[in-house]
Amino acid sequence: MTDHYDVLVVGAGPAGLAAATAAASHGARVGLIDAQATAGGQVWRHDVEHGDTALARRNVAAALEHPGVTWLAQTRVVGVEAGALLVEDPKNARWLRYRALILATGARELLLPFPGWTLPGVTGAGGLQALVKQGWPLRGRRVVIAGSGPLLLAAAVTARRHGAQVLGIYEQASADNIQRFARSLWRWPGKAAQAVGMRAQLVGAPYRCGSVVRRAFGETHIQSIEVDGPRGLEQIACDHLAVGYGLLPNVELAQLLGCDLQLVGVHPRVSTDAQQRTSVEGIYATGELCGIGGRDSARFEGAIAGHAAVGDDAHVARLQRHRQHARRFAELLDRHFALDPRVHALAEPDTLICRCEDVPLSALDGYTDARSAKLATRCGMGACQGRICGSALAELARFPRNGSRPPLFPARLSTLGSDPSSVR
Amino acid sequence: MSALILIQVNGCDVEVPAGTSVAAAIARLELPFRRSVRGQWRAPLCGMGVCFECRVHIDGVAQQRACMVPVREGMQVSTDD
Amino acid sequence: MKSYDLIVVGAGIVGAACADYASAAGLRVAIIEPGPIGGAATAAAMGHLVAMDDDPAEFVLAHYSLGLWEALTDLPQAEYSRCGTLWVAAGEEDLTRIPQKLARLSAAGVAARAIDAEELYRLEPILVAGLAGGLLVPHEAVVYPPAVARYLVERARQRGAEFYPIHASHLEASAGVRLEDGTGLSGPVLVTTGCALPQLLPGLPLRPRKGHLVITDRYPGTVHHQVLELGYADSAHGEADSSVAFNVQPRPTGQILIGSSREYSATTSEVSMPMVQRMLERTFRFMPALRQLDALRIWTGFRPVSADGLPYLGRVAGQQDVWVAAGHEGLGVTTSLGSAHLVIDQLLGRQPAIDPQPYDPARVAA
Repeated sequence: MTDHYDVLVVGAGPAGLAAATAAASHGARVGLIDAQATAGGQVWRHDVEHGDTALARRNVAAALEHPGVTWLAQTRVVGVEAGALLVEDPKNARWLRYRALILATGARELLLPFPGWTLPGVTGAGGLQALVKQGWPLRGRRVVIAGSGPLLLAAAVTARRHGAQVLGIYEQASADNIQRFARSLWRWPGKAAQAVGMRAQLVGAPYRCGSVVRRAFGETHIQSIEVDGPRGLEQIACDHLAVGYGLLPNVELAQLLGCDLQLVGVHPRVSTDAQQRTSVEGIYATGELCGIGGRDSARFEGAIAGHAAVGDDAHVARLQRHRQHARRFAELLDRHFALDPRVHALAEPDTLICRCEDVPLSALDGYTDARSAKLATRCGMGACQGRICGSALAELARFPRNGSRPPLFPARLSTLGSDPSSVR
Repeated sequence: MSALILIQVNGCDVEVPAGTSVAAAIARLELPFRRSVRGQWRAPLCGMGVCFECRVHIDGVAQQRACMVPVREGMQVSTDD
Repeated sequence: MKSYDLIVVGAGIVGAACADYASAAGLRVAIIEPGPIGGAATAAAMGHLVAMDDDPAEFVLAHYSLGLWEALTDLPQAEYSRCGTLWVAAGEEDLTRIPQKLARLSAAGVAARAIDAEELYRLEPILVAGLAGGLLVPHEAVVYPPAVARYLVERARQRGAEFYPIHASHLEASAGVRLEDGTGLSGPVLVTTGCALPQLLPGLPLRPRKGHLVITDRYPGTVHHQVLELGYADSAHGEADSSVAFNVQPRPTGQILIGSSREYSATTSEVSMPMVQRMLERTFRFMPALRQLDALRIWTGFRPVSADGLPYLGRVAGQQDVWVAAGHEGLGVTTSLGSAHLVIDQLLGRQPAIDPQPYDPARVAA
């Protein structure tokens, strides 16, 4: 197997699959890598119990079964050099060389600290979906879904399909905002139908707006939560709380490669032009990485980048209209699911912010930059490399996250010890 | 129905469908995953390899993210005690 | 204009130690530091307290300083861990170094003993098979340097030292410092700015020497001592533009800190993957079992290297009441406390505990 690719695509979600398929359609030699064991990304993650949707199957097959595409599963990027990525899989490390690089690294959840959020049984909302599709047992469990954004409905549907008793969905955005959002959806009929379909599957599970989970209680596992809603404080006994406050672009690789970023509020995304070109020659960024817009904008942007990377400008031009339409949905999300200040005030002085190093909020008082805080308190020094606490602290207006350095994720020492000149 | 895979977690057998993650297999036994640096019990948070809360020993190698690894026949997993 | 008995410019571990000792002696001290305290070489350092014995003057200063560190062993934030230093012989040639090294250490009263192969593997079971022996210096230790620097600055402030979180633009012709915002401070000045020394004292040659460190996730019980190859000094003292040496350290967290690399020509702080690769290859030659462990972070730092490898400690010739404590290269943490005593004792007109002459910055001008 060659380690040289015309086009190397990082991330096998909707954007990366579309990019790989588009680039390979022109005869390019394409490498497609993803840290997960199966392709599909988070939105099309393989469900061990229920299998995949037809749409997911079709899109995954189009890329993986194309003879021009080499699929590298469980492969994570560790470091970069000019024109090459250092990657490792469960056994080996190697350098992958490329002419064009398409980043489709997707998004992660914004997870915000509140008292009790470190208890087993508390996960992200997307986190719950991901775990359940991996086979996490939920049958008969009492589950509360909370946080913000359309993902909550999807998480609730997944939980219910796997036998969970969904006690309720608690959305922090106000009822007014949610109604305005719902009224705007007619311009995206697919999404409107999806929303209606999901609500229909969730009959009996209350959907409460303007509601924030203030704390979780339990000794060694979650037992109950306290919700602050329009009707006051409410205690709910549950076995699982899935709470996520929307999605954040995974910009770390783009940042390490030197691509220009821009801030949306306090969180960075990658800047691109209409052909998905970043500020670095030969590097494209697509999908959630360029701002949270969902599956459709990811697919169009992935296809645009795949065609652009091999010079098919006509194809790129034809897709522009779709891209713009899908991107407007991103703006709608930003507008209607903006976070309520209550959410920023949930953490108490003794609430742990850095879960890797167990650093409480009070220890961070007085620090105005991530590096000083890290040197003094170990906040952000752990295995997640500040992905969880750094994004949370940016959201809480303490200080922004640090820049990006290799290894991008914790990596085997043997990988870092592999010789770049060994790639010929 | 997918094939069943047998693994051992802390010496206990657990049989799960192929494709199941180690994290999900551990959850079926209702075991906690790891102790934090201050000794608190922790379990998966993000489910997608970002938070590192699900780290366990897999086949003798410490600090492996259980949510990122599909089960393999005969795999030996151990969690913190 | 505000006036002080001493204006310390730079709050790395050396400046922090100077401010601490000066304030303890009753001086009215100002500390000028625009960045985080201990945020440059101090934060990048391994924090190994070691008596490097290859150069006699360096050894005297390190040995003196190690004695002063004993006062901080119980300080929780210092994370003081007396893991000892284990020097490993890579081959026959290294073995021949042991008697001399042992003699030098013993002559100075440093406890040390030769280790045969059997004991070597008992001390560090993951060392590669086939090693012949080594040398153990059991009382040496590791600390967390930036936390110590912060503690020393805080202690000085509790004694009345004033802290200016701002850049010092230049030294005044009459003793004093001009700050970036135009404020002037008057009094004797002690420059402890490490690699930034030339900005204030361009007459003292100083080269930055880049290093990389890799730290692993937590694997308690894997490595027990600070372990170095006996050939380490060849890398540390050699003039090669780039070199690596085997040097691993167990952190109290159970993490393993891995060094070391030295580069003169690299001027940016970016991690160099080829350099990391060389450094780890060297590591795996001694501890192949580390290969499968996960690295969490890599960082770089710059060691401040003087013209002859010894720090500049003392009065700066030709300038009114300007003093310097800088240029410690890779031994700044070990020698910080000793350096502070040596300089401040001279400033106070006291007899220093060790002969200050080898470190006198005037040697460079001469």
